[in-house]
Amino acid sequence: MKIEKKDVEYIADLSRLELTGEEKELYSAQLGDILSWMDELNKADTSKVEPTAHILGLENVLRSDLPEPFPDREAILKLAPQRELDFIKVPKVIE
Amino acid sequence: MNNFETVIGLEVHAQLNTATKMFCPCPQADYKAGANSAICPVCTGQPGTLPAANVKAVELGVKTGLALNCRVNEISIFARKNYFYPDLPKSYQVSQFDRPLCEAGSVEIDLKPSGSKTIRVARAHLEEDAGKSLHALGSRALDYTLVDFNRCGVPLIEIVSEPDISSADEAHAYLTELKRILQWAGVSQCDMEKGELRCDVNISLKAAAVKELGQKVEIKNLNSFKAVKDAINSEIARQTAMIERGETVAQDTRLWNEKEQKTVPMRSKEMAHDYRYFPEPDLVPLRIAAARLETAKNELGELPRARKTRFMKDFGLNNYDAGVLTSDRCLSAYFEACMKEAPPSAAEGEAKAVANLITGEFFARANELKVNPEDYLSKTISPVSLVKLAALTSAGKLSASAAKTVFAGSWGTGKTPEALMGELGLAQVSDSVQIEAWAREAIAANPDAAKDFKNGNEKALGPIVGMVMKKSGGKANPRLANEAIKKILAA
Ligand SMILES: [Zn+2]
Repeated sequence: MKIEKKDVEYIADLSRLELTGEEKELYSAQLGDILSWMDELNKADTSKVEPTAHILGLENVLRSDLPEPFPDREAILKLAPQRELDFIKVPKVIE
Repeated sequence: MNNFETVIGLEVHAQLNTATKMFCPCPQADYKAGANSAICPVCTGQPGTLPAANVKAVELGVKTGLALNCRVNEISIFARKNYFYPDLPKSYQVSQFDRPLCEAGSVEIDLKPSGSKTIRVARAHLEEDAGKSLHALGSRALDYTLVDFNRCGVPLIEIVSEPDISSADEAHAYLTELKRILQWAGVSQCDMEKGELRCDVNISLKAAAVKELGQKVEIKNLNSFKAVKDAINSEIARQTAMIERGETVAQDTRLWNEKEQKTVPMRSKEMAHDYRYFPEPDLVPLRIAAARLETAKNELGELPRARKTRFMKDFGLNNYDAGVLTSDRCLSAYFEACMKEAPPSAAEGEAKAVANLITGEFFARANELKVNPEDYLSKTISPVSLVKLAALTSAGKLSASAAKTVFAGSWGTGKTPEALMGELGLAQVSDSVQIEAWAREAIAANPDAAKDFKNGNEKALGPIVGMVMKKSGGKANPRLANEAIKKILAA
């Protein structure tokens, strides 16, 4: 499958990545190679196979509804590059 | 003039009534709690953490499905919905996509002035809420954004209707019914002021003759029933005007501007409609076993619409009374407890009298005293007393004003109406000998009025009846007093 430069630009935009022209060329080729392998897989007849979401074979890993406040929220807030009062501060987002 | 048919679908997000978040044990913080006071490594998306689904949220999701007549899928799968926004620390929201918990349901709504309509429900799925962004602190506008993750990871059920809604009024009726069902089922408290119920509207117009739909416009994040109604009406007007001018309505995501009463395009292009959903590798599939489904069904019990129909059939209530009495599960349970106390031979009027007392005096007082509906049976007036009071009033043994006094005296005290009537001397006198004696005294005291009445002036009876009431201290049965006076004067 052919990946165009504009496909890479679109994905980069969605992922908030800034790529150089060189990187775009490189990734177009690499992503194209990966998707070619997918084409190979697409040749397999899966018409009678249930789509798989997980390979573990587990189901219903559930947690009871009991509150357990995390004791060290400061540790989390400290990870943010910027903070004001108890908020995390980020560049302006227009609503 | 409007040659267009309006096609509306609603996406409703209801906050699930759990103690903790969807995938971590953080408590669901009060909406007034301090910023970032209920966060942990899981809901803030720290590397290496693993989510685990809240069993209560799953149960409430199952109940939602059952209450909305959905098929509850035996297997459902969580999926990642990817987008970048500062209120979403993981850069994806865990939701459900191609295999949701519930599908293919329906909600029956009441139309005005009469009739009903079925709105199909496409799906209901579990997901987590995002955080909250602040663009101002109090009245101070900010040139940056502040983020609070308390809401991040709070469990939601998203209910997506089919585009079966054709007007703002129908949208309002659908939301009203949905809210009643979700509250009834204990799924969500649906307090819109706290953001526990939010609504996105999809709306398009089509020329009545044409099969093809116009472009879909989405109005996001409406947080009151009124806003939904106003936004729909304003959007219908905007799109109609555009089409009539020969313009095309572009697919668009808009917001409702309450102040200007119009929809405006969403400026942010952050919400690209390319979410690149894929199965959430950190959460294994949900399997809803038959036993779990059965338990949920039993706990759900009778739904409000079915109960309303039964109240009308069993107790002869009218549509309005039955509607009010089934607006809340606890209220309907209280009414039912009352009807158990009513003698089986009771006439149909008995149920009406009980219903009137509950929708009138009882409701007013419960609201005034802010009684929690769950305490109706324990902290108000006992069903036995309420039924007795209704019976005494309709039998004429208690005047309307005395009934109010007895009602107030019985509230929260456990005192029976009979005991209060004795204590307060309120029993209405229907003893004909006593009433006749009062009537004779009253006629003697009003000779002019008596003469007028004999000469054919019906109104002259008023002062004489008034005198009987005065002499009896308000306890004479007014109907019997009336009859007694007429009988004496006719003799
Ligand atoms: Zn958490």
